[in-house]
Amino acid sequence: MGWTLQLMRILIETSQATFSRAGEAVFEPIDLSVAGGRALVVRGANGAGKTTLLRLLAGILRPSAGQVKRHAPVAFLGHLAAFKGELSCRENLDFRRRFSGTGSGMSNSRALARVGLAGLGLRPARTLSAGQKRRLGLAGLLVAPAAVWLLDEPYASLDDDGCTLVDTLLADQIGRDGSVILSTHQRQPELEASPEVLVVQRHAQGG
Amino acid sequence: MLSSMNALLRRDLRLAVRHGGESLMPLIFLFAVIILVPLGVGPGPNLLASIAPGMVWVAALLASLLALEQLFRPDLEDGTLEQWWIGPGSPAALVVTRLFSHWLITGVPVIVFAPLAAEMLYLPDSALPTLMLSLLIGTPILSLVGGLASALTLGTNRGSVLLSILVFPMVVPVLIFATGGVAAAAEGLSASAHMGLLTALLILAVTLVPLATTAALRLNIE
Repeated sequence: MGWTLQLMRILIETSQATFSRAGEAVFEPIDLSVAGGRALVVRGANGAGKTTLLRLLAGILRPSAGQVKRHAPVAFLGHLAAFKGELSCRENLDFRRRFSGTGSGMSNSRALARVGLAGLGLRPARTLSAGQKRRLGLAGLLVAPAAVWLLDEPYASLDDDGCTLVDTLLADQIGRDGSVILSTHQRQPELEASPEVLVVQRHAQGG
Repeated sequence: MLSSMNALLRRDLRLAVRHGGESLMPLIFLFAVIILVPLGVGPGPNLLASIAPGMVWVAALLASLLALEQLFRPDLEDGTLEQWWIGPGSPAALVVTRLFSHWLITGVPVIVFAPLAAEMLYLPDSALPTLMLSLLIGTPILSLVGGLASALTLGTNRGSVLLSILVFPMVVPVLIFATGGVAAAAEGLSASAHMGLLTALLILAVTLVPLATTAALRLNIE
């Protein structure tokens, strides 16, 4: 029975959660639950509230109604990769590891090699291209492992090779019984088991 | 949580070292005031001794104010700030850490070089311990009050004017009690009442500011 329980362990869930900005709900209330080893793709039109939902799940925003329950540590990778341009890639990753307080992540050089930035450890982060910055963000997920990954448009500004890399990292995370919730509107993740899809509906505006 | 605070402090100091010149600004300010003001008001020892505490304190205030604009803004812009709400560290503890590093960068250099400045301005030796004590108690208040103002003005574009307007009234009592205490000590009177009031202000700021600042930051990332 052990593995069944493991498989069904819910890592993050919401009940009727929504977020209001200036008194207006951003999207219709959302119920979701994601178990270990599962992925969820968040879809929706521009401005429907995909990013807001992910920030809500991460705990950056507080739900204005309903509940968000996190049963495991989460990592959030948004449009801003949260790196300091003045510091080298390695120093940025060191910070990420210490800040998250998880000791069991990959070493810097392994993580950088994994995301295709091998040999760039000493480069200041500001000298990286947009795509390389996204890759450094992914390396951040590897050095500070979290059971739940919340990825906002992980495929943005990545080349084909980078998109394949994201798919591989997602598969690894799911293989570790972690969960992934990602928003995307360009590309669908190519995974063994096709992920569930949640469509975020913009809240019907009165007037 | 301690590991997050430690990581943040180390990174803040590392960035300060990397910015080099900018981090020397507090000292440049201190010595600019101390060298330039005697040129303006005349080098008479009696005059300088009587305005010395005020000059050191104004330099400390300006040094603290100078770095406030950049206290939270870079972190807001590069997405680091929102990470404070994820993960094991409590945001209020991280706010305290950030204010502590601001004090280390802007307050401590002024404290360390205050004896030299006092000597240059003919401050009586009997008043030096009180000046040091007032800086030790008072400069953290400047960082705390400034941090709150900085968090409140984060949403406004180029909020430095608003920031100064917010900070100045709140630090007036600090300036009055600190310089009043030093002047009293210079005349051989007890400064304990002044220092007591200054300590009360510090306790008030330490208890209220981290919570208020955290709330203000939260509004800005939402």
